[in-house]
Amino acid sequence: MTAGLERERSGSRTITVNLLKNLTLREVRSEYKRTALGRLWSLINPLAQIAIYGVVFGVIFGAEPEPGINSGIHLFALWLGVGIVTWGFINGGIREAMQSFLSYQGLLKKVSLPRWTLPASKVLAKGITYLTEILVVAIICGVLGGWEILLRIWMLVPLLALTAMFIYGIGLVLAIGIVYFRDLEHFWGILTQIFFYASGIMIPRTTVEAAQASLDAGGHTLLGAPIPLLALFEANPVYQFLTAYRRVVYDFAFPEWQIMLSLALWSIGALVVGLFVYSRYQAKIVEEL
Amino acid sequence: MTDNAVEVRNVSKTFRVYHDRNQSIKATVLKGGRAKYEEFWALRDVSLEVPKGLTFGLLGLNGSGKSTLLKCIAGILQPNEGSITTRGRMAAMLEVGSGFHPELSGRENVYLNGAILGMSDREIDRKLDSIIDFAGVERFIDHPVKNYSSGMYVRLGFSVAIHTQPELMLVDEVLAVGDKDFQAKCLSKFDELKEEGKTVVVVSHSMGTMRTFCDRAAWLQEGELQSVGTAAEVVDQYAGSGEPVIELPGGGKRRGSGEAIFTRIQVLGADGLPRDEFAPDEPVRLRLDFEAKERINRPVFSASVVNAHQLNMFRINGIDRKWIPDVLEPGFGSLEIEVSSLPFASGDYHVNAELREQGSPVPADDLREACPIKLRRGDQWTARSLVYVPSAFDGLKMGLSAPRS
Repeated sequence: MTAGLERERSGSRTITVNLLKNLTLREVRSEYKRTALGRLWSLINPLAQIAIYGVVFGVIFGAEPEPGINSGIHLFALWLGVGIVTWGFINGGIREAMQSFLSYQGLLKKVSLPRWTLPASKVLAKGITYLTEILVVAIICGVLGGWEILLRIWMLVPLLALTAMFIYGIGLVLAIGIVYFRDLEHFWGILTQIFFYASGIMIPRTTVEAAQASLDAGGHTLLGAPIPLLALFEANPVYQFLTAYRRVVYDFAFPEWQIMLSLALWSIGALVVGLFVYSRYQAKIVEEL
Repeated sequence: MTDNAVEVRNVSKTFRVYHDRNQSIKATVLKGGRAKYEEFWALRDVSLEVPKGLTFGLLGLNGSGKSTLLKCIAGILQPNEGSITTRGRMAAMLEVGSGFHPELSGRENVYLNGAILGMSDREIDRKLDSIIDFAGVERFIDHPVKNYSSGMYVRLGFSVAIHTQPELMLVDEVLAVGDKDFQAKCLSKFDELKEEGKTVVVVSHSMGTMRTFCDRAAWLQEGELQSVGTAAEVVDQYAGSGEPVIELPGGGKRRGSGEAIFTRIQVLGADGLPRDEFAPDEPVRLRLDFEAKERINRPVFSASVVNAHQLNMFRINGIDRKWIPDVLEPGFGSLEIEVSSLPFASGDYHVNAELREQGSPVPADDLREACPIKLRRGDQWTARSLVYVPSAFDGLKMGLSAPRS
């Protein structure tokens, strides 16, 4: 504890930044180390997913998103692609951050270091992977939809920052929680499955609208009130993130300000809660590991 | 009190020992609350100071709390009570190679490990050659460390840690890494640190290391501080902790099983008469009188002359001299040791004696400080030195036209 303070005091913010950089590089470098295709895997994986879901939902189930607002693109696979890589970032980032203290437990038991850098490096590494993925999708969209994508592509920067804050906040809470309750991972796995479908990765809003309409028409109620399926769907922050990214990359448009405001609140809220939990429990986790 | 590198004040640390550890939500819900546990006191009200520039040892049995204390100083664990202050950059070597990633190359791991220990990339750039050289892994530095031998792995880890050049270094029994050559290298590196006025805190079981390596030491038992003092004193207390040390009325301390005891230690002059003052160049005989209360197989005698700082000036041991009688029958006896001279600096010394059955961890008797002697000044001064070496200046030449070949 005292050592930690001393470390801060000896003017070593640069050292902490340097540590974060090296930990992130460790993740990035080691992920596909010694595989024949190397970093190409980080593109092959989402492309394969896009192909699979594209065939299942686009061809077999016939899901169809609305055409891009400014871009005029009308291609389910691309619309899906934005969703899949973004979901991969959010889900993967939270999962990696959640397991960071456990996977670094050897280090935590032997070295005093700013512990928040461990989940942060995981999120950053995922962020770097995501950036390459979303840029590849954006380039394809640009080729199909025109140069106008460049007008608003910078919106990715604030969006990425918000996403990273959101992931990091939730990841911190879970990373501390899993030290105390190891089966948190399994609960989280179930929750993830729900969110996989609830976040509209391959389900366009129109499909949910139709479902809502048929629910209302059928007179189904829950505790005496109509089931607010669409409202719940739209309130989901992950859906909002996906929508925002789709606006920028697929529609060549700005996200609605309501969505941006909501995302800012979610992200700041998650980060505040995460940091609160972290600062309250971080000193004790070594004993529980 | 600003000359202390570490100040530990009234530190207590408890751990929870769970009866039936549950780490799942399921079990917690089913049992209605977290598992029952007992508090285990790993450290209880420990206070000590480590002065700057010294090498400080922490001694104790397994589970005595010494590693816990080290982790508290390192900031890995947080004490429940009390405070710990450290001054200056600190590096903890509780494990070498912390955070090494097996798939990454040696070079990449040096940067990673260095960053974990608080070095900047620029600093590592500067020291990289020296780090690799010290570890002796030049040829393999770009290979993944998973292909390293365990020796290479720890050498590289140790090398990075020692190159952080900390003001304060915490070491947990990692002196025992690598082969003999590397250990010698490590020890000389530690000596270098010491000369530069760096502080080292080391945890070890090895009393030999402690005695030679440390200036001061502390002894912990079951989380409580037993004593703090010079390394030699503390090691002696610790070594004797298994058997009670009996203070003898006439001066001296005795420790052992009591199967035999030394009844008297004397030093005889050339005339065969006991004295307590000698010149540094006269021959003497040590006489050990003993009483064997039980039969002792293969008894190993040893005798030593120690100075005022408990440093062995001279020691003779039955095993080294291959002088081990087959058996010691019960009864009184005596043994003499011929010594050509005691060429030590003038001052006060003690003659100590020990007797044990070969291979026994507990001595039959270990008698200390029961036989004080004094050494006179010889023909020459011995100030600021330990031993008396007759010597003289000779042969000053001047005005030579060229250096002597």
